[in-house]
Amino acid sequence: MDFATLLQVLDSTVRLATPLLFACLAGLFSERSGVVDIGLEGKMLAAAFASAAIAAVTGSVWLGLLAGIVSATLMSAIHGLASITFRGNQLISGVAINFLASGLTVLIAQSWFGQGGRTPSLIGAGRFTGITLPFAEALSDVPVIGPIYAELISGHSILVYVAFLMVPLTWFILYRTRFGLRLRAVGEAPEAVDTAGVSVIGLRYAAIAICGLLCGLAGAYLATGLQAGFVREMTAGRGYIALAALIFAKWRPWYALWACLLFGLLQAVALRYQNIDLGAFVVPVQVMDALPYILTVIILAGFVGKAIPPRASGEPYLKER
Amino acid sequence: MTLMTKFLGASAALALTAGAALADPALVYDLGGKFDKSFNEAAYNGAEAYVAATGGSYRDIELQSEAQREQALRRFAEAGFNPVVTTGFSMSTPIASVAADYPDTKFVTIDGFVNPEEHPNVLSILFSEHEGSYLVGMMAAMASESGTVGFVGGMDVPLIRKFACGYAQGVMAANPDATVIANMTGTTPAAWNDPVKGSELAKAQISQGADVIYAAAGGTGLGVLQTAADEDILSVGVDSNQNHLHPGKVLTSMLKRVDVAVQEAMTAGDELETGVMVLGLAENGVGYALDDNNEALITEEMKTAVDEAREQIIAGEVAVHDYSSDDSCPVLNF
Repeated sequence: MDFATLLQVLDSTVRLATPLLFACLAGLFSERSGVVDIGLEGKMLAAAFASAAIAAVTGSVWLGLLAGIVSATLMSAIHGLASITFRGNQLISGVAINFLASGLTVLIAQSWFGQGGRTPSLIGAGRFTGITLPFAEALSDVPVIGPIYAELISGHSILVYVAFLMVPLTWFILYRTRFGLRLRAVGEAPEAVDTAGVSVIGLRYAAIAICGLLCGLAGAYLATGLQAGFVREMTAGRGYIALAALIFAKWRPWYALWACLLFGLLQAVALRYQNIDLGAFVVPVQVMDALPYILTVIILAGFVGKAIPPRASGEPYLKER
Repeated sequence: MTLMTKFLGASAALALTAGAALADPALVYDLGGKFDKSFNEAAYNGAEAYVAATGGSYRDIELQSEAQREQALRRFAEAGFNPVVTTGFSMSTPIASVAADYPDTKFVTIDGFVNPEEHPNVLSILFSEHEGSYLVGMMAAMASESGTVGFVGGMDVPLIRKFACGYAQGVMAANPDATVIANMTGTTPAAWNDPVKGSELAKAQISQGADVIYAAAGGTGLGVLQTAADEDILSVGVDSNQNHLHPGKVLTSMLKRVDVAVQEAMTAGDELETGVMVLGLAENGVGYALDDNNEALITEEMKTAVDEAREQIIAGEVAVHDYSSDDSCPVLNF
């Protein structure tokens, strides 16, 4: 494998890891506050559809992005209403979100555009295009560093950079702000937070609102950054891989970055080299596709460190009367 | 009162027989969905052509999961629809298990194969996709400047390998030194609907030098075509005419006349002859698309070469190897 090929694989890794990273951080906020979110997939799908549809109608990708965020946040609100306010089962509510998004997107797309559950192809300003970072052209002749900067770091759509900036931002919010401390506390011991006079319900709603925002970015990136339009079920299980990455990362932001990059790399390698010939034996492409899940199971089984979820996650908070 | 009951019974019986005599055809789409701009949409167009030509009507269903296959067949058969036309190779097993229970209903499986001796009421329609793919492969090789062309398949199944193998043979026929990069999107039905992966595969192939990419991948193919258009290279569509999706960027489309097959099956109604039918170049069952959108891309030289190859294949002078005949391809390693 030469240097250029390596760069192409890593470039592909960055593109594939970005939606995972958004969704993983979305899940992180939600689960750190004690709300298990299996509905990441559905929210991404809803956002992908809304962003593509609005971008197609208005011709503006920014309005599309806004619509994507709004729709994912609405989905989050439904999840919150069911599992925070009415104290329903968070898993069931999340699964319901997935089904709702899967059916609703195709239904609305069909009645709106009549193209069989897809949106028209986006053109011109309806899409996010790659942005060339300053000096990319000038530096590209510098050995090693030049190509890395010009090929790998420059030339992605703006949402990719936003995703990577979200990691330190998430870390800062969670570990260096009062809101973050309370958010983590509400996922571990909501009764303590309540005793301190801070609203558990309010904090959890805030967390799922952030979750909706990030899922909106993930969906918009899929439909308007990577693709030029929405196709039914286009998330293709990325929400679940993001959940696996979240467990793999043990619910921590920097680890989430590495987990998503690793899973993205696995996908990129699987796409580039269908069957990997190691001389002695051939690794079939299915193994690469299954690796994220296998790794997560290994982590969960406690072979490599221990993944302990936030203590109060999955439990609706009921104030004692 | 008894007279009333008799009248009611008689009219009910009459209504039932009337319904049976005027049996409408039914159409079952595969998991790719009705408007996939490709295979299933071709079936839909055929059904609509039947309505336009005969004034008849039909019922259709889009399957959402594997579990619905048999259920949909039984529902249609019990409701008296005849024939029940289905698309996709995955329908052959459910049909084989259902057909014996409804001997008066005729089932059609497009792309699937059901043994006609065991199930005399089933028509299996097969296409010689390898022949059509051979022609577009020739065109791809002639349009390519780098001498490297790509193939992106959907789910890794023998049918898609048949496309890939025919394509590679066509490429080699036009340019023996050419390189063919063949990739499959996945091994689950999700591989038919993952345009993001399609894009990444196309990008990977472009970086390896491919400048014409043939996508036989349903909805995933839309991502391939999009990326090819974005990166300013050519692509080849499949099943339906996809030239209009990116005018001037889609070299041609390998046409599979599913529409004609569906229309003919529906028009035949319960007179339909069952058995096995193979539609190849000679029957115009497969071919390539030429319209306003790709006129400028097809040179006279290409057209002559391809039409000549077509005649030779029909005459039996050129044999295109069929992957599904022995599960191997002489010119391509998967």
